[in-house]
Parts: sequence; C-alpha cells; structure tokens
Amino acid sequence: MATDAVVVKRSAGRRLAGLFNGRPRLQIGSLLAAPMAWLVILYLGSLVALLVTAFWTVNPLSGSVIKEFSLENFEELVNVPVYREITWRTVRTAILVTFTDAVIAFPIAFYMAKVAGRKTKALLVVAVLMPLWASYLVKIIAWRAILAEHGVLNWALEPIGLHGPGQGVTSVWLTMSYLWLPYMILPIFAGLERIPDSLIAASEDLGAHPFTTFRKVILPLSFPAVVAGSIFTFSLTLGDYLAPKLVSNEQFIGTSIFDSITNNQPFAAAFALVPIVVVIAYLGVARKLGAFEHV
Amino acid sequence: MRLSRRGKIILRAAVALVLAFIYIPLLVILVEAFNSSRILKWPPPGFTLSWFGKAIEDESAREALVTSIEAGAVAMLIAVALGTLIALAVGRRKFFGRDTISFLVVLPIALPGIVTGVALSNTFTQVMGISLSLMTVIIGHATFCIVVVYNNVVARLRRTSGSFEEASADLGADPWQTFRWVTFPALRSALGAGALLAFALSFDEIIVTNFTIGAGEETLPIWIYHNLFRPKELPIVPAVAVILIVLSIIPVYLAHRLSSDDAGLTPGRGGAAGTATTAGAATIAETEATAAH
Repeated sequence: MATDAVVVKRSAGRRLAGLFNGRPRLQIGSLLAAPMAWLVILYLGSLVALLVTAFWTVNPLSGSVIKEFSLENFEELVNVPVYREITWRTVRTAILVTFTDAVIAFPIAFYMAKVAGRKTKALLVVAVLMPLWASYLVKIIAWRAILAEHGVLNWALEPIGLHGPGQGVTSVWLTMSYLWLPYMILPIFAGLERIPDSLIAASEDLGAHPFTTFRKVILPLSFPAVVAGSIFTFSLTLGDYLAPKLVSNEQFIGTSIFDSITNNQPFAAAFALVPIVVVIAYLGVARKLGAFEHV
Repeated sequence: MRLSRRGKIILRAAVALVLAFIYIPLLVILVEAFNSSRILKWPPPGFTLSWFGKAIEDESAREALVTSIEAGAVAMLIAVALGTLIALAVGRRKFFGRDTISFLVVLPIALPGIVTGVALSNTFTQVMGISLSLMTVIIGHATFCIVVVYNNVVARLRRTSGSFEEASADLGADPWQTFRWVTFPALRSALGAGALLAFALSFDEIIVTNFTIGAGEETLPIWIYHNLFRPKELPIVPAVAVILIVLSIIPVYLAHRLSSDDAGLTPGRGGAAGTATTAGAATIAETEATAAH
C-alpha cells in the first residue's frame, strides 16, 4: 500500500515537472506572480495613487476630498512662504547632518579599515553596527533626555557656564547626526577597505608626508564612498518626522506631512512628493560623483 | 598605513570620542530606566528597579507587546514567502527585467519611510476605502520586510551552485523534491536569518506604523510614543524602551550568528573570517536602512 501511495504521489509530481519542464517563462511566472502582485499592484500602485491624490483638493467647509485635477496644492507649496521655509529648513538640515556625519565618520572608518588589527577591526564593526538595532525611537528619546532643560547636556555644561541648545533646529541637527552616523561610517569603511595598501605604501615610499598621502591618495579614492554614505544621511534626514517632533518645536517636511494627513490628505500627498524629487535630484548628483560605481 | 606615534594617538582619541558619542545616549536611557524619581532629572537622585515591575504590570504595555509580536510574526511570514519566491527567480534564472525586479524590492526602503507611510495610508483610506487596523500595519511592514529576506536568500543562492539542483533533477526528483531536499537545506539558515531580521525590523518600526495603524491600536513603539506625551508616568518609558532594545537585539544577534556562521562555511570571494564578518555586517547594515523608515 505504502509503495502505491509513493508511486501515485511521484506521478503527480512528475506530471507537474513535465508541465514546467522546458517552459522557463512558466517557471519564472509562477515564482514571481504573487510577489509582483504585491509589489507592483500594492506598492507601486500606492505610489501612483499618491501622485494622483496630490492633484486633488479638499473642500475647506465639508473637509471632503474633491477628486478633480488641480494644481492648488503645488501652488500653495511654492507660493506660501511658510512651506518654502519648511522645505529649505529641512534641506539645510539634511546638508548639515550629511556634512557632520562625514567629518565624524571618516576618522573611525579610517582607523577600522587601515590601522586596526583584525580583531580590533571586527570588534569595531560590531560596535558601530549594534546601535543600529537599538530602536530608532528609543535613540530619539535618549536625545530628548540629554537635551532637556534638566538633562545631561545642561548638567555637563553648567560648570563651564554654558547652556545647551534647548528645543530647536540645533537639537534636530544633533539628533539626526547621531541617528544616521552608522550609515556614513559603514560605506566609508567599505570604501577605504577597497583601497590597496600598496598604493598607500607607494606614496609613503616616495617620501610623502602622511597628510599628503591622505590628501592626494586616500581622500580622492574614498570620496565616492563618502558620497554613497551621504545618500543615506541626506535622504533619511529629509523624510524624518519623529526627531523634529520630539526634540524641537519647528516644522520640517516630515512633520508637516504628518500633521496634514488627517484633515488634508491631498496636500500631504503633494508635500510627500517634495522629498522624492529632492532625493532623485541628489541621486543624480551622486551618480555623477561616482557613488554607484562601488556600491 | 604607517603613522607617527602622535598621529596614532590622535586617531585613537578620535575613535574613542566617536564611540563615546555612539554609546553615551544609550547609556543615558539605561540609567534613566533605573531612575528613582518620578520626573526625568539628571543626575537621577537614586536608583530603583520598580519601573521595570510597573512596565511589566502595565496592561496597555503588555497589550502593545502582544500586538507588536503579532504584527511582526505575520509580516515576517508574508515577507519570507514573497522574498524567497523573488530570490529563487532572480538568483537562479536569467530573464528580461531582472534588474527592475531587484530595484522594485529595494524601493520600499530606498524611499523615505514617510513616503511609504503616506502612500499606503492614502491607498487604504482613499482608494480602497478600508479603515486602518492592525491588518493595514501588517501589510505595510511586510512590504518593506520583503527586501530583508530577499537579500539574505539571494546572497546565499549566489554562493551556492545551481548544479546541485540540476543534478537532483537529472536523478529524477520532481521540482518539489528538489526544493525540499536540495534547495531548502542550503537556504535554511539564510531564511532563518532573513526571517529574524524581518521580525526585528517590524518590531521596531514606527514611521510607517504611525500612518497605517487604526485608532485605538498600539504596537510597542507606538505605545512609547503615546506615553511620551503623558508626563505622569514618564520613567516607565525608559524602562519599556530598554525592554524594546533587548527584545529587538536578540533576533538580530541570532540572525548574525546564522548568517556569519554560514559565510564561514561557504567561503565566497575572500573566504577569510574577516571577509565573513564584513559581509555579514554589510547585509545587516543594508537591512537596517529599513528600520529607520
């Protein structure tokens, strides 16, 4: 009996195999049908719907969505000074965070890649990676506790007569620089690892001062990696809304979107297109600078 | 690189400073969780374990934990199924549009999280006309978790040879048998790592969650977020935060063990242990980009 069952099962499997055999399109199609339905219909569909919604408006009296094409939201984004200010504040913070992270990340990435021994290197990689998994929200809360009026920073600065930045753009800058730092360290580390030691040795053997070696050999070769890291820090800062909400009272692109989603979804949709456009423009620049050649 | 003594000292000092910058905020939260005062004040006047007790006893926090685990588990299962299917197609076959597919998988984490959040919320409420609930959260989480599973599985497929599967077919196995006895055992630990990372990612996520969650529902990060604005119970928040960190680090640690283990067993291009660590680190770093969204 048992053998019979096996034979029956096998023949079913064999028929299936026969169906798929020599039909690569059917094979690929059956593998991809479900996931593509999810990603294309649900996700890409949502993005398209977002784009369409951005051209709708809300009836100011009833609050209901008017599903007719209108450029009103975009006119508002361009013409109302507050929104221009919010966009510029966000972009400026993103640039500042990116620059800060690049400056902080380079020394540790360089030490990890070119100076540390194998054990120290592995240890440092884990030390840099581990905090990435310590909840993003918790890290913002930590900075809230640090920057609070009776927080760690004011306690530490008091003896030297200084006062922390309090709630504001500076706090957002500090918090974001903290949040995205590992995303800068890791690409630079990977980029520096790819520079052959022999190039550095050659520069040294030819009598270059370490600073000259750094400026003429290491920096130009690792620059694309810095740009690659900057994509993360830049785009993550642009889209964030919790850090501005929790450590400042200022409006950023993210907070404006979040605040308008409940009563003006079309406007939120239009504003959500702003970071997309800025990120795409930034990716274009990054490509020119060679960031994708090594990623 | 050859550095002068002084250069080395300066560089080491810089490294120490950066590590301090990375770890001090985490230490602050840890200390605050044991703070004996009802308000958050630095330095804490004394220490107590009572906030952990209160956190564990707190009905709403416990419910939020259960909600988070449910959401994480279901999103993980969907992501494992879809991510593996895509990986099997992309990793083992050549076809037109393959690069587009890998791009499509990464898109939900490549775009700022708020975009994914607004887009999905807009589709649910405006296009489909369904109200937000735990299910919409799960759909959102699954969407950006697919890439984690996909990355892990496709990396494993690239390291293992397709000729084993061909041999299995030549020896008369049907496609299911080949998958069950050849492909799956080779993928097992990569699948495990991908699943754990997907769970950790979902467990931690707040941005997309905030846009897709129904009124009255709370995942653990949302619970923390809401309680930040209820000043009376503040010290319970760092305690829950510490619990959240521990609960999300455990799956990541296990995933790292699973994926670096195997990177050691099946040497890729480099083969050395150092390469394995870096490769594992890179996968985890890449995956983590999502957590921020």
